[in-house]
Amino acid sequence: MTLKRIADVVVIGAGIQGCSIAYNIAKSGLRNVVVLEKDTICSGSTGRCGAGIRAQWGTEMNCRFGLAAIEKFERLQEELGMDCGLHQGGYLVVAYRDSEFERLKESMRLQNSLGINTRVVSYAEAREICPGLSAEDAVGFTFHDRDGHADPFLTTFAYMEAARRLGVKFLRFTEVKAIKAVAGRVKGVKTNRGDFDAPVVVNAAGGYAQQVAKMAGVEIPNFSERHEILITEPVEPGVCPPMLISFSGNFYIQQRPNGSMIGGCSPEGHPQDYGLGTSWNFLESMSRTFVKLLPRTRGIRVARQWSGLYNMTPDCQPILCESDDLKGFFLSCGYSGHGFMFGPISGELLAQQILGQKPTIPIGMLHYKRFERGELLVEPAVV
Amino acid sequence: MAEKDEEIIICRCEEVTLGEIREWINKGYETFDELKRVLRVGMGPCQGRGCREIILRELSAKTGRPVSEIHPGTFRPPSKPVKLSLLAEIGDE
Repeated sequence: MTLKRIADVVVIGAGIQGCSIAYNIAKSGLRNVVVLEKDTICSGSTGRCGAGIRAQWGTEMNCRFGLAAIEKFERLQEELGMDCGLHQGGYLVVAYRDSEFERLKESMRLQNSLGINTRVVSYAEAREICPGLSAEDAVGFTFHDRDGHADPFLTTFAYMEAARRLGVKFLRFTEVKAIKAVAGRVKGVKTNRGDFDAPVVVNAAGGYAQQVAKMAGVEIPNFSERHEILITEPVEPGVCPPMLISFSGNFYIQQRPNGSMIGGCSPEGHPQDYGLGTSWNFLESMSRTFVKLLPRTRGIRVARQWSGLYNMTPDCQPILCESDDLKGFFLSCGYSGHGFMFGPISGELLAQQILGQKPTIPIGMLHYKRFERGELLVEPAVV
Repeated sequence: MAEKDEEIIICRCEEVTLGEIREWINKGYETFDELKRVLRVGMGPCQGRGCREIILRELSAKTGRPVSEIHPGTFRPPSKPVKLSLLAEIGDE
């Protein structure tokens, strides 16, 4: 195969961000887009994530992103032509401390003011939403019925297939080794399969975003944490209809449409060594959480455990901007564990900015210079 | 005969047929991991003990590369399914 070496846009990374950005650029008519992926499509953080989608956030920016993304997900199958596994069973947020419940209610008022219909529910109502829930030690719950989860693999492949139909090229096993620049403008990339020249290069490298930024001479404060997760064998539906989540309890549990249950938690911090190992402590700790919250899961078997990288920023909100230091170099990274759910909207917004249009949600606040200026937008609601 | 072959269930955990596997290989999903992500082969309780060899042979037939050179995907712990109650109570003993 002869590779096309000159493109309008080169996107680094074929996770949800890279695929969504490439699709949205091509949809607007700029078809000569190349996506470079060092492994296979959806092999990084997207394919390892907990799959949740929610609008229950603590900052205005995340609420706007969350709601806009839910609206996208609700129409995604129609737009992309592939089932993305959307399930809207809501997010049932569990608070175990009074101060935490107060903060959830404060976030709820913010969400309500932005058109997100989150409400406080009693324990009795929580047990109607999630039959079999055992949370006598909780002090309160909030619920938003349009939250839920989707299939990260199918969603990413749906974007890739739709982008391909518009002429976007995807190159797997192609690792970027250097960013080419002349006089403060990006010129392309060097890879293990030769050079690709383009006036626009997008860093959508997920857990490796800070390494790619460094190649461009751009300093970002991102770091990658390992988070663990497990999945059970499939069981009958209805064991956990909503996504159960707690920020102080430090867990999330959901049931996939095929019946298997997914759960993640953080028993002992998050190593930052880029490793993707798994631990016994997690397996034991997560299993305790499962049987305590949902006693009827006792007899369900764990099928697999794995881990993935959260690309973190100091305020747990993403970087979505063009670099000031290197013109034509764009960044979409630092999603701090919620990149999958924001992918449909962040990809559209960055595509608008790349094409010189005004993003439909202002993203100026998501520039990485906010960290230097001390203008952090700290998001409290992260597991 | 060929049509019958296409209907054979290769991944019994997720009920994926030979026809579906061939269809996605032909669409360019030429690694075990990508087939796993799009069809869930190897993601069930047996983690591909039944289907992996057959799928690797199909990938070999399509790509012309010997099975020994095709990445077989990742086996993850636990090596066989274990009850949540058992894992939760181990620390109590």
